[in-house]
Amino acid sequence: MLELKNVSKLFNPGTPDEKVALMNANLTCNSGEFITVIGSNGAGKSTLMNIISGVMKPDIGEVRIEGNAIQQLPEYERSRWIGRVFQDPMAGTAPRMSIEENLAMAYKRGQKRGFSLGVTSAKRMLFHEQLQRLGIGLENRLSAKVGLLSGGERQALSLLMATFTKPQILLLDEHTAALDPARAELITRLTEEIVREMKLTTLMVTHNMEQAIRLGNRLIMMDKGKIILDIPHDRKKNLTVSQLLGEFQQISGQQLADDRIVLG
Amino acid sequence: MLDSIYGAIALGLIYALMALGVYITFRILDFPDLTVDGSFATGGAIAAVMITQGYSPWLATLGAFVGGLAAGACTGLLHTKGKINGLLAGILMMIALYSINIRIMGKPNVSIVNMDTLLSPIAKPIGLFILVLLVAVLIVKLLLDAFLHTDLGLALRATGDNSKMIRSLGSNTDTTTVIGISLSNGLVAVSGALIAQQGGFADSTMGVGMIVIGLASVIIGEAIFGARTVIIATLAVVMGSIVYRIVIALALRVELLEASDLKMITALIVIIALVVPTVRRTYKQRSLARKRSAELLAIPAMDKGGKS
Ligand SMILES: Nc1ncnc2c1ncn2[C@@H]1O[C@H](COP(=O)(O)OP(=O)(O)OP(=O)(O)O)[C@@H](O)[C@H]1O
Ligand SMILES: [Mg+2]
Repeated sequence: MLELKNVSKLFNPGTPDEKVALMNANLTCNSGEFITVIGSNGAGKSTLMNIISGVMKPDIGEVRIEGNAIQQLPEYERSRWIGRVFQDPMAGTAPRMSIEENLAMAYKRGQKRGFSLGVTSAKRMLFHEQLQRLGIGLENRLSAKVGLLSGGERQALSLLMATFTKPQILLLDEHTAALDPARAELITRLTEEIVREMKLTTLMVTHNMEQAIRLGNRLIMMDKGKIILDIPHDRKKNLTVSQLLGEFQQISGQQLADDRIVLG
Repeated sequence: MLDSIYGAIALGLIYALMALGVYITFRILDFPDLTVDGSFATGGAIAAVMITQGYSPWLATLGAFVGGLAAGACTGLLHTKGKINGLLAGILMMIALYSINIRIMGKPNVSIVNMDTLLSPIAKPIGLFILVLLVAVLIVKLLLDAFLHTDLGLALRATGDNSKMIRSLGSNTDTTTVIGISLSNGLVAVSGALIAQQGGFADSTMGVGMIVIGLASVIIGEAIFGARTVIIATLAVVMGSIVYRIVIALALRVELLEASDLKMITALIVIIALVVPTVRRTYKQRSLARKRSAELLAIPAMDKGGKS
């Protein structure tokens, strides 16, 4: 279980540039929930992800995993519980290292790294098997440099790297936004499969309204640093995109302003 | 002539350890570490002083390694914990080491001529000398290769390649950075210790310009032998160091050049090696852009042609 309690985060406090990224945000994610997150530009979605993963610390408030407050732990110590895929396909992999080396690093997620060999033949077999599930032929290119892969291939690899040690929480921040529609569809399908099979507690930010409704079993909407709408599974099932946009307008008093919005 | 080439090969092998150190920071960590000029002399100073005090040359060289590790760790800590810009952190350590090295020696230079050193039993004949050095350097290279393929080594490489990623996978990149810079300067100091033992003295200025020589070796090696994998890259660095020494030895035989021109020549090599790829890339990109623009211009014309 993941909980955020009264979390606030300002950028450039006390200057003319002051930005409220999160304001007294509260969220409880139960184990196994797959939550889609939507909201206008600058609503604080990425900041929410960064506060959970420890890239940033909240100004005030608590982040709890299984009841333990972790908001003071640095990112590298939280990674044991948290897997991430970023929007930028370049961000989740090391380009000058091979596919198997990247996977070997993910294999050691959150563990102590010592002097044992990173890529062993036993691990190579495991990687081969896992890559096969992606269905894009990466299993035959284990020793290829990741920098040679296409954006979609890199994102698929990032997704595998984020999940295959079965972290408790998976954070996806617009992880299909930089891909062409066919590749985005592939990554979405893989995401759905992996999350379902591993029963990962997942938060997925998306700009695709149709996807936000279709995927997962809960939907939250953010605006100006707050979670303004929280739609449970039974209500989400029958929701339409126009209803969703209507609700946003009603609560926030303005239209959803999102320069990357995809209605579906 | 041949003698000077043999001498160049032997020197190249000793300096190869320094070049491997530079490779770790510049290429693997992507950290431009200038500590090298100081830590090279630190290695020489520690080894020379310990040898004059009667310690075994083995112990003296080990002492130099430890001294280099410590110097590198300081630079790493200044950068990661003190948040000092990497270049500046290296320069600060380099300057501080200049004083520290004189403190270690108690004077600006220490002679160990005619004392027993690691190299004195094998110095003659030159063929044997080269062979022993080659084996020793290859062992160091292989150990480094092995380390860079361990879990810790992978994290170190990823720190230079994509630090955001490896942090999200649970590595403390501050720690890996400090380990990398430390190891690098350890190797540099050993190289300095061996140069002091080979030349018979340590001098507070023996490290001046070392960073550029290290870079030149790395760049020459990569240009000739490539850097497709770590194993190839480290071999290339060793070869680059040897080639550099041979080039310098030959250059010195040309009447026009004097020994004092060496640093300028070295700087020129590095400048050319840095500028040429950039210019080539810009040129390539420009011609590609021109070609694509022409292609795109042609498309609507074809469309119209198809419809009419
Ligand atoms: N590093 C930063 N420095 C200063 N301001 C920032 C920083 N990161 C985010 N902000 C500001 O904080 C607010 C929330 O940003 P955040 O990136 O969380 O929004 P978002 O919901 O992810 O938006 P988008 O849909 O555009 O990705 C914005 O006003 C943004 O300008
Ligand atoms: Mg964002």
